[in-house]
Amino acid sequence: MNVYTPILVLGLLAFGFAVFSAVIAPITGPKRYNRAKVDAYECGIEPTLQPIGGGRFPVKYYLTAMLFIVFDIEIVFLYPWAVAFDRMAVFGLIEMVLFIVTVLVVYAYVWRRRGLEWD
Amino acid sequence: MNAVVEAVRAVEETPWVMPTLDYKLLAPILIILGAGVVSVLFEALLPRAARRPAQLVLVFVSLVAALVSIIALQGSRSLSGRGALVVDGPGLIMQGTIVIIAILGAMLMAERGLDPSGDAFAARASALPGSEDERQFTARGYFQTEIWPFFLFAVGGMLLFPVANDLLMMFVALEVMSLPLYLLTGMARRRRLLSQEAALKYFVLGAFSSAFFLYGAALLYGYTGTISFPGIAAAVSSTTGQTGLLLVAVALLGAGLLFKIGAAPFHQWTPDVYQGAPTPLTGFMAAAVKIAAFGALLRLFYVALGGMRWDWAPMLWVVAILTMLIGSVIALTQSDIKRMIAYSSIAQAGFILVGVVAATPAGLAGALFYLIAYAFTTIGIFAIIMMVRDENGEATHLSKWAGLGRRSPFVATIFAVFMLSLAGIPLTSGFIGKFSVFTAAIAADDTWLVIVAVIASLIAAFFYLRVVVLMFFTEATDETAEVAVPSVFTTVALAAGATVTVLLGIYPQPLLDLIINAGVFVR
Repeated sequence: MNVYTPILVLGLLAFGFAVFSAVIAPITGPKRYNRAKVDAYECGIEPTLQPIGGGRFPVKYYLTAMLFIVFDIEIVFLYPWAVAFDRMAVFGLIEMVLFIVTVLVVYAYVWRRRGLEWD
Repeated sequence: MNAVVEAVRAVEETPWVMPTLDYKLLAPILIILGAGVVSVLFEALLPRAARRPAQLVLVFVSLVAALVSIIALQGSRSLSGRGALVVDGPGLIMQGTIVIIAILGAMLMAERGLDPSGDAFAARASALPGSEDERQFTARGYFQTEIWPFFLFAVGGMLLFPVANDLLMMFVALEVMSLPLYLLTGMARRRRLLSQEAALKYFVLGAFSSAFFLYGAALLYGYTGTISFPGIAAAVSSTTGQTGLLLVAVALLGAGLLFKIGAAPFHQWTPDVYQGAPTPLTGFMAAAVKIAAFGALLRLFYVALGGMRWDWAPMLWVVAILTMLIGSVIALTQSDIKRMIAYSSIAQAGFILVGVVAATPAGLAGALFYLIAYAFTTIGIFAIIMMVRDENGEATHLSKWAGLGRRSPFVATIFAVFMLSLAGIPLTSGFIGKFSVFTAAIAADDTWLVIVAVIASLIAAFFYLRVVVLMFFTEATDETAEVAVPSVFTTVALAAGATVTVLLGIYPQPLLDLIINAGVFVR
């Protein structure tokens, strides 16, 4: 059991540090309140007003961003393949074609469900 | 700059070894994932009316094909993909059970005879709950057939999970399994807000546990210099002193996997997700995710970390005791049948962990038998929960189950059998499961753990029997729900669950032989 002692000590140290930080900050820190301080996120940008109970917002940008990530990852995998293309020969080519086909299937889905139309 | 050129040259001069892929060993996984890709194409290209029949044919044909290819692989013990995957007896048994459970789960998901407005899934998952949009989509009879590609990908991940033989493959399987399930959880037709809340909780906590798993994998790689399980086993057995990093890695990996099986203290998501998710999906998930995740847990702890059993056993003792007691005790206070079954599933995970801790072939066999028995009982339980309804959909509050045995004696009797099986009463599969797990634990000198397990079983028996008493020995009121008549899909799934539960209780020997003959994991 004593193999776990260092881990327990480390856990206690981490816990103690967290409690110490949480307790010491409100005691020693200066308190200067203004409007920005009570916002949900204090990041310099005024939060967009939301209708009460949720409401809807367009996801067009989100779709485009997702597609970008999908193709970005595809490129990430294409680079090392391109570097070692000559040595991986036919096997590498077939694997890469299979990979691109699966990405294309997703693309076809987005296209048919009109994810590429902005309006 | 020179160093970079050197490094590139070094890479270029290393000979490239072609990976040997035995496609026959991978066939079950490839069939299911390939069907998933075709399923996405169906969604993209087929007209709306043709999608459901096409998807159903694809799902059932591919699942049966996968089952056939698993049976054809019977007896093989070999590595594939440079040791990233391993096909062995226990792995194949788990894959086979997952596919059969997936067939039954798909039947529950395909059910349309119970809810007057359609199946158990939202007409449009993107419609705001309670909005005019949602009413319109429901009125026009829209259906979300995207559930089928999600389902197939989840099954593909589950098939990969128990046969993954290195840390990276295990992580990929974990994610392929989990991500579709997060989405499906949020797609219930009734009580949309509860369902979406469950999906968000499941996703956030699941992502958190994946991060734990990854951190543990990184530390274990840092300690051993390899990600393959046999390599880790070799490094662990030759280790001297300085095991701090190793223990932290094991704890983190364990946390990631214990989250998936719903073991305390990582169980908090279970009741919310079981309650919020569409009931057919809850049934499938409760059964299949447990098998897949226990498969991964068993392989990681038996194959990769088998040499340090005395270091990880105390951790799992604590987890098993907490899981059994927390699950059993909190289930006593539940008034919602889905939440009660969720806490019961936590307790059951604890009982299976008792077999896992033993770390012997008998412990492995006991855990496998228990998992199979538990999976079939669970899918049957959720089939009945789908059928017990009032005008607001499923009647999940326990007060509405009062007197059900007088109104629908047949269905209530089957439910009582499931409850007795989970409680571990003789002549049901649950008894044989508990018996084999507890015998294995006693043989491994964990007698006091078994004593705690028996106490927890007694507590658990109380709330299982309470439901039976509520159904049969209480007068029916105006509140009592009706049992809707399901289509052939749910009927078959329910019949299969009930038959296996009783059959394994009376005549368990063939399955026990099958599991014993399957042997142990390939090391």
